[in-house]
Amino acid sequence: MSDQTFQGTAGYLASADLRDAVNVAVALEKPLLLKGEPGTGKTRLAEAVAESLRLSLLSWNIKSTSKARDGLYVYDTIARLNDARFGDGDIRDIRRYIKYGPLGRSLLSDERVVLLIDEVDKADLEFPNDLLHELDRMSFSVDETGESHTAKKRPVVIITSNNEKELPDAFLRRCVFHYITFPDESQMRQIVAVHHPQLEEKLLSTALTRFYWLRKQPDLRKRPSTSELIDWIAALKHTGVAVEKIAGEIPFIGLLLKKESDVQQLINMRDNTTRGLKM
Amino acid sequence: MFLSFFHQLRAHGIKVSTTEWLTLVAALVRGFDRASLQTFYNLSRALLVKREGQYDAFDRAFAMAFGSVESTIEISDELLSWLSEPIPLRELSEEEKALMTAMDLETLREELQKRLQEQKERHDGGNRFIGTGGTSPFGQGGQNPQGVRIGTAGGGGRTAVGVASERRFQNLRSDRVLDTRQIGVALRKLRKLARDTGPEELDLDASIDRSGKTADIELVFAPPKKNRVKLLLLMDVGGSMDPFAQLSEQLFSAAHHSSHFSAFKSYYFHNCVYEKLYTNIERYEGIPTRDVLAAIDRSWSVVFVGDAWMSPYELTQDGSYFSYSQPRTAGLDWLKRFAEKTKAQAWMNPEHQLIWNAPTVKAIRHVFPMFELTLDGLDKAVDHLRGARPVSPG
Repeated sequence: MSDQTFQGTAGYLASADLRDAVNVAVALEKPLLLKGEPGTGKTRLAEAVAESLRLSLLSWNIKSTSKARDGLYVYDTIARLNDARFGDGDIRDIRRYIKYGPLGRSLLSDERVVLLIDEVDKADLEFPNDLLHELDRMSFSVDETGESHTAKKRPVVIITSNNEKELPDAFLRRCVFHYITFPDESQMRQIVAVHHPQLEEKLLSTALTRFYWLRKQPDLRKRPSTSELIDWIAALKHTGVAVEKIAGEIPFIGLLLKKESDVQQLINMRDNTTRGLKM
Repeated sequence: MFLSFFHQLRAHGIKVSTTEWLTLVAALVRGFDRASLQTFYNLSRALLVKREGQYDAFDRAFAMAFGSVESTIEISDELLSWLSEPIPLRELSEEEKALMTAMDLETLREELQKRLQEQKERHDGGNRFIGTGGTSPFGQGGQNPQGVRIGTAGGGGRTAVGVASERRFQNLRSDRVLDTRQIGVALRKLRKLARDTGPEELDLDASIDRSGKTADIELVFAPPKKNRVKLLLLMDVGGSMDPFAQLSEQLFSAAHHSSHFSAFKSYYFHNCVYEKLYTNIERYEGIPTRDVLAAIDRSWSVVFVGDAWMSPYELTQDGSYFSYSQPRTAGLDWLKRFAEKTKAQAWMNPEHQLIWNAPTVKAIRHVFPMFELTLDGLDKAVDHLRGARPVSPG
């Protein structure tokens, strides 16, 4: 594994336990299941792993209507029917109408690839179970043509979940699991430094204080995450807002809070506090 | 040491399957990286724990098992001694016991060899493989004797046990995570698709399928397939149900999100059903029970959720003790009307079957078959609703 270990990349800082989880998943050729608050960089990890191991990345973004088989291939019967009606090409060769999905392509690839199955919990309850066979065997067959394919190079499979649905035990047993915790302040400093090098220390520390204060507020429907902090700091930097102003109210609050009710909540809270002070 | 770790995990409620345990052994035997205790901590957590809610329990188990251990132990020696010790059968599940008795120590060793072999075949090179006979892959010196730093630069040199003892994942504990999934899966069994014998309709899916196969336009006609299950869910939100509020919520949200019913309605009641059923119990908003009854027929199934625990007079008297108007129907009679009106009935009781001895519980069991509000009980209830097999009351 000497040449194939993941150490994080210049643009993605990975903690030691995350690195170990990625490396054991790569070495044992098991899927890596990632969970964590939105915005903790689950999807970006797959890009970083691909970059670091110098492999190409295939992404499969799961929707509520996704079916496990669609990831393997889709038989485009409509195109074939169209060709049959309007005479274009040889309709006897069914293989021409098989369109491979991301999972299928990752198994067919001559090179080892990274396959990202993003937000697996969006799909139907049975979806993860339907994937088990292919992920275990790393092979599949196309019923329509009778062909079967086995992976030449087993892909590195990274699966993310936002915890919208519980995943089945049989599925979990086969995965390496890692939960990405929200970065603490010192880790966050390093993350911010990657995106905004040479940021003024005073601006950074004030922004971070406000940010973590905001995250601690109870009753927020959606707490601001890393990517929102980065955008917010970019806005502060760009407009050159005075540091004192950040310590008081929060400019560009819309970059941090994405729900109208959360903004309202904050305004109410501030009104109550100021009223309390006046009385 | 490994055994004590295994025991601790079990004792802390982390059910490690044999497959997962063998995967960890395989990872360790492969000589995964340096054998520092911190790496071992990271590896075993990634391979044995599959829910962040159990991270805290894992930390506690880890601290218990390795609390007295210096950070420089030779994992490999421990691993070999673990393999030469018999595996205790007491704390394994039935399924695993069967697997374990079928797999004696020698087979386990072979399994290990096989796994190693598999990896060898699938991997080009790799320089940390063990030779034959399972000698230690570790101890080639140069190990980092101190625990590896966690997180990124700047942290102190904390040991794995130290980190584990900090219990950083306490607030991720799963005690309150809703597992609506399992309930959803159980309810799914209720789905019963049937072809009506009615007029034929164009079956679009079948038509597309056949047209695709023959590459000619073919139209398939069939009577429509319909989901015939109609479910009425009535839930007790009375005071004695408070401890089970979460359980009832899970059932409700699973049923509500389930798309397997051709019709689904749900209402709340307080202790027992009287002339009104609530849509919002906090604000006492609801509709007359009579209207609910009028809207259903023998194609419906009804499921009550409640502990069936009330003062007897609530069941047999008119129950509306805060009302002084005309005489009303007693609770039990309302329940009987639901039983008469519907095709199949079940009462889900969150209390353990052993304490189903209150007089009101008995009275209700004469009207409805009662099941425990557990996954097992739910399965049984669903079976009963599907077949509407009679369950002997009492």
